[in-house]
Amino acid sequence: MQPDLAAERNPGWPHGRLGLHLLSMRVGRSRVAAAAPYLQVAPLAAVLGVFLVFPIALIAVVSFWDYTEYALIPDFTFRNYWELFSSVVTYKTYLSTLRFAAITWAVTLVVGFTVAYFLAFHVRTLKWQMTLFLVCTIPFWTSNIIRMISWIPFLGRNGILNSTLIAMGVIREPLEFLLFSEFSTVLAYVHLYALFMVVPIFNSMMRIDRSLIEAAVDCGASGWRVVREVVLPLSKPGIAIGSIFVVTLVMGDFVTVRLMSGGQSTSVGLMMANQLAYLQYPAAAANAIVLLAVVLLIVAAMMRIVDIRKEL
Amino acid sequence: MREERRPASFYALGTFFVLFVLFLYGPLSAIVLLSFQGPDGGLTFPMIGWSTHWFQALFEQQRVGDFKGSFLRSFKLGLIVMALTVVISFAAGLAFRKRFRGASFIFYLAVASLIVPSILVSLGVGLLFRILDIETTWWSSGLGAHLTWTLPFGLLIMFAVFNRFNKSYEEAARDLGATPWQTIRHVVLPIVAPSLVGVGLFGFTLSYDEFARSLLAVGTRNTLPLEIYGMTTNITSPALYALGTVTTAFSFLVVGGCLAATTIIQRRRARRMPAGPKP
Repeated sequence: MQPDLAAERNPGWPHGRLGLHLLSMRVGRSRVAAAAPYLQVAPLAAVLGVFLVFPIALIAVVSFWDYTEYALIPDFTFRNYWELFSSVVTYKTYLSTLRFAAITWAVTLVVGFTVAYFLAFHVRTLKWQMTLFLVCTIPFWTSNIIRMISWIPFLGRNGILNSTLIAMGVIREPLEFLLFSEFSTVLAYVHLYALFMVVPIFNSMMRIDRSLIEAAVDCGASGWRVVREVVLPLSKPGIAIGSIFVVTLVMGDFVTVRLMSGGQSTSVGLMMANQLAYLQYPAAAANAIVLLAVVLLIVAAMMRIVDIRKEL
Repeated sequence: MREERRPASFYALGTFFVLFVLFLYGPLSAIVLLSFQGPDGGLTFPMIGWSTHWFQALFEQQRVGDFKGSFLRSFKLGLIVMALTVVISFAAGLAFRKRFRGASFIFYLAVASLIVPSILVSLGVGLLFRILDIETTWWSSGLGAHLTWTLPFGLLIMFAVFNRFNKSYEEAARDLGATPWQTIRHVVLPIVAPSLVGVGLFGFTLSYDEFARSLLAVGTRNTLPLEIYGMTTNITSPALYALGTVTTAFSFLVVGGCLAATTIIQRRRARRMPAGPKP
């Protein structure tokens, strides 16, 4: 580039070609800068638009369609909703799913809180905290289905638990309720989703100012009171985020119920999967819309406790 | 601090933690052991001899379904999802550092994508392609369905990263005359690189293990989780466990690789600026 003579003659003032060039660049740049966030967020918006918003809108539309054994018939009928709400099975299924969600939520909450509390307040060095945290997360990187079937050799009729109990003389006959039952379903849920509770609660706890705890102790609070009145309220955001994850995962699940309950339990997801297997898309769509409404109601209730964006 | 005696609650909670870890790893280690059953062994203990018989059975297509094909599809899909998740989340993360119209709408859309039950996404994407009369395949509808799951995670990680990001590095770059692109390329990108490895890891493994969102969206050719699901109903031999061992080992390999990559990046950086403050 040629040295700009005008600028050299008059230092401090952007004269001549270079000055103009700089000026125009700045104007151009500000226009680019204003457009930049829109361009940067466009791919995300496009993916979510095409593969989330549009499909769900389509489910809503199709839920009013009619169908035969072979075809979908565009229509505007309440048949699917009517059939859904007039069947006792629907209510039973929703209740059963809500029950699974509630039990799993309660268990993962207690387990998650305890594990996170141990990691955050009883493990003293950051290095060990992170190591033990990693130990907890590693199994969650493997396939859910593999993790479910891994309970078979443990809980089965001739499984490890039954043989051990028989060998110890605690029981004579193998316990039948261990595998392919509600028990094994809840166990699998807890096994699969406990981490979704541990991580956000641990994250919240790590941000608690330690001096608050010291202050509470100095004021004579017992260990238990510190947990109840300092740690628990300050972990609320983490608890809320974990709860949202666990509840929505269980509410939408059907694989775990199908594999682990041995046909003894059902869930909304499983009901939908069965409708889909018979190509009753509009019926499944109506079911999906109702499920979505239920899940969103639960989440909205939980969101009142926490502003997710502040917690990241 | 160190001399301070541990309270009794430490031991109680420590025991609870150990039990939790056993609960997580116990069943998995059982199937790893059982996958080395002898040829006459069954689905439960005791072990009747040791062999790699069931691993061999895995690779004979007729016997246990299309393991190799579905694995390759899942692997390729995982890599594509990984690359797209890193690029799209990073770009969106940059966008959210500035004000723009519709920011909170897109944010809540991303959160909604996590909350909406997976089977709805699967059903919706399946319906969309069916009504438009386009064939569903793993690399089109399947890819899109997976991205609705991985992108929100990627975005949330980028939020966490940029909330802790020290802006003075960028300001310094700008003061030294760097263009916005140069600032991103030479300042922001290197600083957030380890987190991007994390985003990629999330993208890959979430896609590699995804079942529900694949179900109605990947078309006739199964990805690995769908194939495994099919096998759970067909196979009643330790080949199932061998499958579990192989896929688990592969997942661990990927996680280990990513952790190693992050460590190497950080070490190299520490070497490059030995006395400098950590970003």
